[in-house]
Amino acid sequence: MSRNRFLRRLGMVGLWLNPVFSYFFLWAPILVLVLFSFNQSRSVASFTGFTFKWYGNILNNMMGAESAFSTELMLNAFRNSLFVGSIATAIATVLGTMIALSMARGTYPGKRLLDALLFFPVVIPEITQAISLAIFFKVVFDWFALMSGERIFPGFHTIIAAHVTFNISYVAIVVRARLADMNPQLEEAANDLGANPWQTFWRVTFPLILPGVISGALLAFTLSLDDFVITFFTSGVGTTTLPVFVYGLLKLTVTPEVNAISTIMMVLSTLFIGISLAIQGRAVPRA
Amino acid sequence: MTSWLARKRESGLLLAIPTIAWLLILFVLPLVIVLIVSFMSRGRGGVAIMPFTIEHYQRTFGIFSIILWRSIGLAALTTVVCLVIGYPLAFFISTRRNRLFQQVTLFLVILPFWTNFLIRTYAWRILLGDEGTINGFLTSLGLIEEPMKMLNTQFAVVVGLVYGFLPFMVLPIYASVERFNFRYVDAAQDLGANDLRTFLRVVLPLTLPGVLAGCALVFIPSVGAFVTPDLLGGTKGLMIGNLINNQFGGSGNMPLGSALSIVMMALVMLSLVVYLLANRRDRGS
Repeated sequence: MSRNRFLRRLGMVGLWLNPVFSYFFLWAPILVLVLFSFNQSRSVASFTGFTFKWYGNILNNMMGAESAFSTELMLNAFRNSLFVGSIATAIATVLGTMIALSMARGTYPGKRLLDALLFFPVVIPEITQAISLAIFFKVVFDWFALMSGERIFPGFHTIIAAHVTFNISYVAIVVRARLADMNPQLEEAANDLGANPWQTFWRVTFPLILPGVISGALLAFTLSLDDFVITFFTSGVGTTTLPVFVYGLLKLTVTPEVNAISTIMMVLSTLFIGISLAIQGRAVPRA
Repeated sequence: MTSWLARKRESGLLLAIPTIAWLLILFVLPLVIVLIVSFMSRGRGGVAIMPFTIEHYQRTFGIFSIILWRSIGLAALTTVVCLVIGYPLAFFISTRRNRLFQQVTLFLVILPFWTNFLIRTYAWRILLGDEGTINGFLTSLGLIEEPMKMLNTQFAVVVGLVYGFLPFMVLPIYASVERFNFRYVDAAQDLGANDLRTFLRVVLPLTLPGVLAGCALVFIPSVGAFVTPDLLGGTKGLMIGNLINNQFGGSGNMPLGSALSIVMMALVMLSLVVYLLANRRDRGS
């Protein structure tokens, strides 16, 4: 019995030690990154004093001799990210919502096949999807050049097409969950009261699934802004997005300016997701 | 049960057709092309040319099998470490009685993941480097004289992967433990089972669906990882994802890259099948 009590005490200690370690593991890297973006010296081995100068350097394009950084290029990449993200999100939201509606309300054979078609883009390794799109665009553009004599180059259109492809599934999953919660009798009621399908959709179904559509769109936008691997393989000259631009910096060396940029990006993405969650939190109970 | 779409059988399908077409052209067709290219020969500049060959698969399972096995090994190790850290953590979070405290502890696991994956990985370059924070700290304490080699090793890759995918393990287990009825524990103990037996015979089997889902969610992205080994692994931590990437540069080999991708995809499908089978067996018993 005392052995059992000893084991239990050991278990209790473990159950508290593990979270302490885990939270340290999860947060230490982020805190260190932020801390050293304010460090006086360029070293990340010890903290010597507090300064804002690295943030100033970013604004004034002073990134050290070896770096090809420019604030203008970074802002440009950020604009590209927003542009790609908005268009890809709009298309993916429409396509994802359409297939979700169709699968929830339609009665036709082969739905399990559609399930698989929506499921695979989520589980397939990113790099596989990335190179398959890269090869596909190359094959199509080569063929087009052969037929018409004009050459198409990868650019925004290829990135957007790629982002829509991986986003459709996520939108569809979120909207389907919302549709599953919805009472189908509401549509029947509208139907019985003489509304045509078009009216029923816009007056009854759409307002009810709107929170799901918004969540799906926000998820798609976040994934689009965050994506590196697939964009890296489908982007062309001059269409660098923010993650692809940042990757170029991160890969080279550890510098305080890169730490400062990372800190700014972390704050921005946390703010963005926090705000979008707050909007969803308000949208959900209202419906 | 006539809802507005179901009245016309075809109209339901009609609504799905644009999306189906999009996915067939931009998801299925590209994969089919990759499959075909993987059996073609390498032409000048790494492009695919005729005739058909299985040479790239021979190389994948030949000289590149070491990298294939390394990827599987590192992903498996990552999964085990995530499980060892994640299970008790998920248990801790879901057994907090104070609702607010529980939500805060859960939020603290999710919050770091709002940061871009690249930046989270980069943070480990700061920590693990030869002149990094950990080496600096240990040197200043006088514990080591020479910096420890941590960055650009397989150790760094596993640390980065665990860091990247830990929530994928914690969240499904958390959901499982949340549903677990703790009266079963009382019942087992009343019947004379000790703590260990109670855990192994009652708690673990009933939370197994979460564990299995967590393992699949960690293993699958780990085995195909590209960014983590690229930023933290150097040449020693090279994984199959990097090898694929290298086939698309200047001195690349597109058919070889395609063959490697197909093998990796097969690996992912295989682990999914294992997951589904394990899950079904677990539900059945």
